[in-house]
Order: sequence, then structure tokens, then C-alpha cells
Amino acid sequence: MTGLRNALRQIWATMALPLLAIVMALVAGAVVIILSSALVPGHGFDPGLPLTAYKALFEGSLGTDNARVETLVQAAPLLLAALGIGLGFKAGLFNIGAQGQFLMGAIAAVAAAGALKGDGALVAIPLSLLAGCAAGAAWGLIPGFLKAVSGAHEVVTTIMLNFIALALLSFLVSGPLRLPKSPQPVTAPVSDAALPIFIGRDGHIGIILAFLAVPVVWFLLFRTTRGFEIRAVGANPDASRYAGMKPRRLIILTMTVAGLFAGLAGAGNILGINHQMSATFSTTVGFDAITVALLGRSHPIGIMLAALLFGGMRAGAALMQIKAGVPVELVDVVQSIILLFLVASPIVRRLFRLRGVKASLGTTDTMARTYGNEVIR
Amino acid sequence: MTNVPPTTIAPPEEVPPPPPVPALEMRGITKRYPGVVANDRIDLDVKPGEIHALLGENGAGKTTLMNILYGLARPDEGEILLDGKVVDIAGPSDAIARGISMVHQHFMLVPVLSVAENIILGEEITRAGGFLDRAAARDRIAKLAEQFGFDVDPDAQVAKLSVGQQQRVEILKALYRDTRILVLDEPTAVLTPQETDEIFLLLRRLAESGRSIIFISHKLYEVLAIADRITVIRRGRVVGERLPKATTEDDLAELMVGREVMLSVDRGESHPGAVVLAIDDLRVKDDRGREVVRGVSLQVRAGEILGIAGVAGNGQDELVEAIIGLRNVSGGTVTLAGQDVTSAAPRQMHDRGVAYVPADRHRYGLILSFSIADNLVLNRYNRPPFARGIVRNDAAVLEEATRAIGQYDIRTPSATIPAGTLSGGNQQKVVVAREFDRDLTLLVLDQPTRGLDVGSIEFIHRQIIAKRNASTAVLLVSAELDEILEVSDRIAVMYGGRLVGEMDARTADKNEVGLVMATGGRTAQASRGAAEDGAAGVSTGSGEPPA
Repeated sequence: MTGLRNALRQIWATMALPLLAIVMALVAGAVVIILSSALVPGHGFDPGLPLTAYKALFEGSLGTDNARVETLVQAAPLLLAALGIGLGFKAGLFNIGAQGQFLMGAIAAVAAAGALKGDGALVAIPLSLLAGCAAGAAWGLIPGFLKAVSGAHEVVTTIMLNFIALALLSFLVSGPLRLPKSPQPVTAPVSDAALPIFIGRDGHIGIILAFLAVPVVWFLLFRTTRGFEIRAVGANPDASRYAGMKPRRLIILTMTVAGLFAGLAGAGNILGINHQMSATFSTTVGFDAITVALLGRSHPIGIMLAALLFGGMRAGAALMQIKAGVPVELVDVVQSIILLFLVASPIVRRLFRLRGVKASLGTTDTMARTYGNEVIR
Repeated sequence: MTNVPPTTIAPPEEVPPPPPVPALEMRGITKRYPGVVANDRIDLDVKPGEIHALLGENGAGKTTLMNILYGLARPDEGEILLDGKVVDIAGPSDAIARGISMVHQHFMLVPVLSVAENIILGEEITRAGGFLDRAAARDRIAKLAEQFGFDVDPDAQVAKLSVGQQQRVEILKALYRDTRILVLDEPTAVLTPQETDEIFLLLRRLAESGRSIIFISHKLYEVLAIADRITVIRRGRVVGERLPKATTEDDLAELMVGREVMLSVDRGESHPGAVVLAIDDLRVKDDRGREVVRGVSLQVRAGEILGIAGVAGNGQDELVEAIIGLRNVSGGTVTLAGQDVTSAAPRQMHDRGVAYVPADRHRYGLILSFSIADNLVLNRYNRPPFARGIVRNDAAVLEEATRAIGQYDIRTPSATIPAGTLSGGNQQKVVVAREFDRDLTLLVLDQPTRGLDVGSIEFIHRQIIAKRNASTAVLLVSAELDEILEVSDRIAVMYGGRLVGEMDARTADKNEVGLVMATGGRTAQASRGAAEDGAAGVSTGSGEPPA
């Protein structure tokens, strides 16, 4: 069966790099664990500590039913936001703005939920989620539009919009949306719009939406003409333009859809977990999702696996701290090292003499390329 | 020491008898890349003072072999001998230190620096304290230039030189580094016929001074004109060695391609019909906002081929891009079959039966990471049967691809591999298959055979003529004068953004057209000096129009 062998080779060519990046990051993380624990006064050199820590991390993410649900809860927003970012990568866009889009989605959802108080869950939930989607989409449309009409680079504009979203959030939470008479600046609880729990302690239905988005994005990208156009424009805008596609419109469309997904992630988190927003609401989902999209090589399935991995690490970090005394921040270290190895893929490929493995991540090309000044026509 | 001293200058009037030890010998060079043997036990020897041509189609392995010589790639098997001694070339700097130099197709010059500065770059002469000794460098360059008859001003800024002059700077750079083996990769691709003659004279002088020259080309007549010996490579193997005296173009072509080739297609008679494309006083700006098409007017009739000759960068690319809708028009009109289509979008032009083969197939013609099948339907992916509504129909795309691959003889193991894995000729066949495969009113071709091998060129020329015979109006732009002369029915020359001179292709004289290309036809009967002035005004970039 050469067909099967080719298929396997294809899968290896795609997955080798992310897998090696993960393994190497875990090894590097182990070194960090050993060195940092040795620095603690009275604590000796403990080469066995990483194993204890990783075991606890594993248990905390997959060991129990609750742990598994928590992994899903943590993975869901990463998955949604990363699907949007991955879509952008496919279109040759480097969307750093998932963070702002996520925040806008969350705040719009909480505002809608407040307004829809007393209308019942059947009305409040869908409308609040939609409000979140719309706000995120709007926050993606702005940089898309700016890029299409003026060539303003999306990396710059989305970073700016992240700050604007953050400032807007504190303004709204401490001003117009502030719960009257509350000692701290917080919004009203989402009440009717709170997402029902369907599994475990806090397994809200937003998780289902997130995982449903995987086949939706896959179908969009690989089965529709629009997805073909998005991929074509990302791979070669000039040839696409000559073939009759409209790169400007596709840029706006892609950024809007990306924002929509990130907005939905924000709405899902606020309606499913926090149930209320404070002025100090903080998250790193929008940024972590960039690493997830890169690790998943912009492919919906890959992104799903990467989101589960990152969700699992987030879920298990607490147990790791309790059992092994390794701070939860180690997870950030491991995630960052994964990103480092992904972006520096030539080093990994040389180290392991990967021959058939695809030369580039594709998405890192996007990163490199979009920093040049290209002319959009 | 059996070494031949590196700077031995032989008396210029006679070629010295070949010494027993070749200057360079490559023995059994084998280089494998995943899935392909790029070089398969290649033997090559070059004598001192010899111009040795390396002839082969694109993808035959010439570049790999030269990369090995230059230290850019390591052979899996085989050895390299310089003056009879086995050497291990660690990298380009090692190669340069051993007297091997390469002049690439794309010049490696810094445009804002002067000729002298470019030449000494990386090999600066310094005075005490690490200061640049410009005077010493200038002197040495001037001496070298005089010795070999270079006509180059060391103080001129490289950006202001013509392509031909820039090439001479590259060669001078090699000489400055005491090169003994000079490799030239397709050196004439960017030159006018007059510039080609000049560079040949220069190469001959270099050879007479005892230096060895490896001349890479796929142009048969050139190889016959300049080489002392010709080695032909096909599919990574040496398939023959010839002396120019004892061979013909047909013989070489057959060796190179592996079968008999028609070097010039029979274009037959044209039967022009109604005017299909009419352009009136068209003005177009380039990316930097300079007007590079400055009032072009032309007409192409159904069933005729209008060839536009010209040195690259005289506004031809912008002209066709404006016609096809890829570039905005700043003045004038384009009329297609009586209807105004000035600045129409590419898809509108496509729908009116206009096809386009771009000069840069990697930029406009193909999406290299996409499959061959997807590339074949790139302009109709959203129409039945390739899509139902918004859902793509992969089966129909694959079926169409299989048919086109057969009909257009695209050599590929499968329709689903990325287009970027194909050879240049096969990539161009994908473009041609996609663009030609319907009834056309107008066919616009910009350098359709650039960088292709003889076999592919023959194929594409046949397809163009078949379209002409099917009453399509054809506009063919090419910097390759032979192509224009062979295929066109009428010829116009583009110079400095204008069309200068129009002639019948069947009676046009190559040298005359070449002179018009270089001078703009102001002094068609003028001397070589005038030709140089004209060429000097044409810069290499995206075409600064001569003032």
C-alpha cells in the first residue's frame, strides 16, 4: 500500500516539527525545574523533580473526570481564538489582535446579558453570544479594512486595538456598565445568559461550540470556494488577483471572521466561567492562541490538538504546584519554549536531520513575509 | 611543483598548446537529492585558457554541478582536482581563495556604490590604521581594465550602468580576485545582440590570458560561437562532448533534449482578420509612480501575432499588465473587439476571452504551494463543474487536471503534487494549459519561454501558432529577439516606454532590430558607440526610461 505509506509520510512531514518542539520544550522545562529548585535555600539538587512535576501536570489535566473537563474548559477559548488566527495565517495575515477581539467579545456579551436580564435563557444566551461575536468581528474588521484600503500593517493595527480594547474595558466596567453600589468596579452578573453546565463542575456548553467550530473551519478552508480563495491569497496574492480573486475583500473577510471566533471565545468565557466582569479582568488567551495556531500549523485539526495540549497544561498546572512545588508559571516557560523552537524551525530540523519534513511552517513564512512592505492592489 | 602559475599570461596572438594537466577536473561527481539524482557520475575537465561550454536543459544538473564547484553544495561521491591535485572546497570563500569565481545571472552588486567600491568589496586594500586605500584599489582596477580592454569607469555609480556594463563589473570583480576559473551562468540572457558580441570578445581575451572559462547556457548558437569545447548534460549525466567545428545546432539540440527537436517552428502564413485589440496613446506608471509606458498605440488583428521586442525594462511588463487589468492606466484607452476595456478587472478580461501568460510565472502564473490540479483551475475554480454553489468539487477538478496533463504533456507523477515541485518547463505548461484551453479572442504573452529548455520552447511556440491559426489575436512580448523573429507576423520594438519602428517579421534583419532595441532607432545606421550610449541609459531595475 504505497497510498497508505505516502499518507503516513505526509502526516509525519507535517507533525514532526510540532512534536519535536513539544518534546524539546519539555526537556528544556525539566532543566529549568532542576536549576530553579536548586536555587531555593535549603533545597538540594533534585534530578527526579521534573518527573514528579510532569506526572502531576499529567494527572491534573487527564487524571480524573474533573481534570479532563477542566482541560476542555481551558482548551475551548484557545481553540476558538486560534482557529481565527490560523485562518488569518492561511490568508497571509498575522493577526496579533485576538486578545483585543477576545476582550471585546467578552464585554459585549456581558453588556448584552445585563440588558437581557429577565428575558429567559433561551433569548439571553444566543443574543449575548451573538453580541460577543459581533463585537469581536468588528474588532477584526477594523484592521482588515485599514489594511485593505491603506495597506496599514495588521500587526501594528491589531496591537494598537488590543490596547484600545483593554482601555475600553476598564472604562465601561468602571463607568457605564458598573454595577450600581458595588464596592469594586464590576459589571452586573450575566444572570439569564449564564451558559448551562453540561458536564463536570464547570463544563459549560461553550465548549461544544468551540469544538463544533473545528469542522466548520475545516469545511470553509478546504471545501468551499471562499476557503480556496483565502488560501490562494495567502499563498500568492498576485497570482490570485490575476485569477480574478479580490485580495482586499478577502483580507477584510478573513480578519472579520477571525475576530468573530475570538469574540465568541471571550463571550463563552464570560458567560460560562466568570459570569461577571471586573475592571481587572485579565487573560492571556489571545496571545497563547497565537502559539496554539502556530503549533497546529494553521490546520483546524492541528489547532484542536494544540489547544487540548495547552488547555491541559493550564488545567494541570495547579496540581503540579501542589504536588511538586513547581510554580504554575513553568507552564508559561514550556509554552514559550515551544514557540521559540517553532519559530526557529531550521535549528530543530538540522538538529534532528529531518529531511522529508516540510521546510517551513508556512505560518512562520507569513510572519517573516508580512513584516516586509508589500503592496496590496 | 607541477602547478601552472596562476597568472601566466600567454602571448595573446596564439592559443597555447594544452598542457597535460587540466586546470580543473571534476571526476565522478554524484549528488543526490531526495527522490532525484541531480548529478550522476559527471566528469568534466577544463584546460587552462579554454572556454568550456556546459550545455543542458533547465534542471539537467548544470547549476548543481557549479554549486558543487563553488562550494555551495557537497558532492555525495566524486572528487574535484585543481591543477591535478585533489581539493576539498569548503565554501564559496574557499572557492574564491582557490581562484574560482562565479558570475551569476542576477548580479551581486551594490547599486549605490561605485564600480571600484563594488569590486574591492570584501577584499579591501587598507592603509595603516585600517583606512581604505581607494587610490591603490582604483589603480589596480584601472590596470586590469586596460589589460583586458574593459570599457568601464571605476568611479561610475553601478546603478547608472547598463546591464552589459554591470556584467563587465562582475567579471572585473573576479579578475581582481585573481580568478583562474571563471564560471558564467547564462551570461547573455540579459544582453542585446551587440552586448553579447562585446562580452564574447572579452571572454576570448580572458581565455587567451590563460584563464579557464566555464560558460553555462542553453542557447545553441552562442555555445557554438564562443566555446572551445562543449559538454552536454542531460538528466544529471554527461551525454556527450563536442567540438564546435564538428557539430551542429541540431546535433546539440538532440543531445540536450534526447530526441529530435524542431529548432524553429514553421509559423506558416497569417490571415489577419478584424482588429481585436486596439490601444491608443496608452500611459502607465510603474510601482514607483514613474511613467514607464509613455503613449503606446498599437493594433492586433484576429489571426496575427504582433511581437514586441525590446531590452527588458523598457515598459513592456507594465504595458501588458495594464492591458490585462493588473495595473491601472494613467492615460489612453484599450479597446477589445470594439468595446472599451481600459482598466477592466482581470476577471472581466478573462470572461471576454482574454488569456495571459505572465513573464514571472512564480508571481502571477502559479501558486507554487498549491497542487497542479488547483493551479489548472485557478481562474475558474468557482464555476461549474469545479464548484457547486460555494462547495468545491474535487473530483471534477482532478478529472480536468488529468485531461490537461495528458493533452499538454505535463510531466508529473501526479496531479496532486505542488506545482512548485515541477521543472520550469512543466510549470509553464501548467500555465499554458490553463490559459490556452478555451476559445480565445486575445492572447497576451510576456516572455512565455524565459528560462525554458529547447523542448518546452518548441512546445509553447507551437501552441501559440495554433492559437493564431484559430483566429486569436496574439500579442507576444519578449526580450528574446530570436523568439520574436521566429514566431511573430509583425514586429514592433519598445524602447523607453514607446513603440519605435515596426516591421514585417519575415523580412526583418536581426542585427537591425537589435540596434533599434539598443538605441531606440534614433540612429539605426550609427556606430557601436551609439549603441552603447543607448544601452547605458537603460538601467537594470524596473526600467528607468532613458531620458
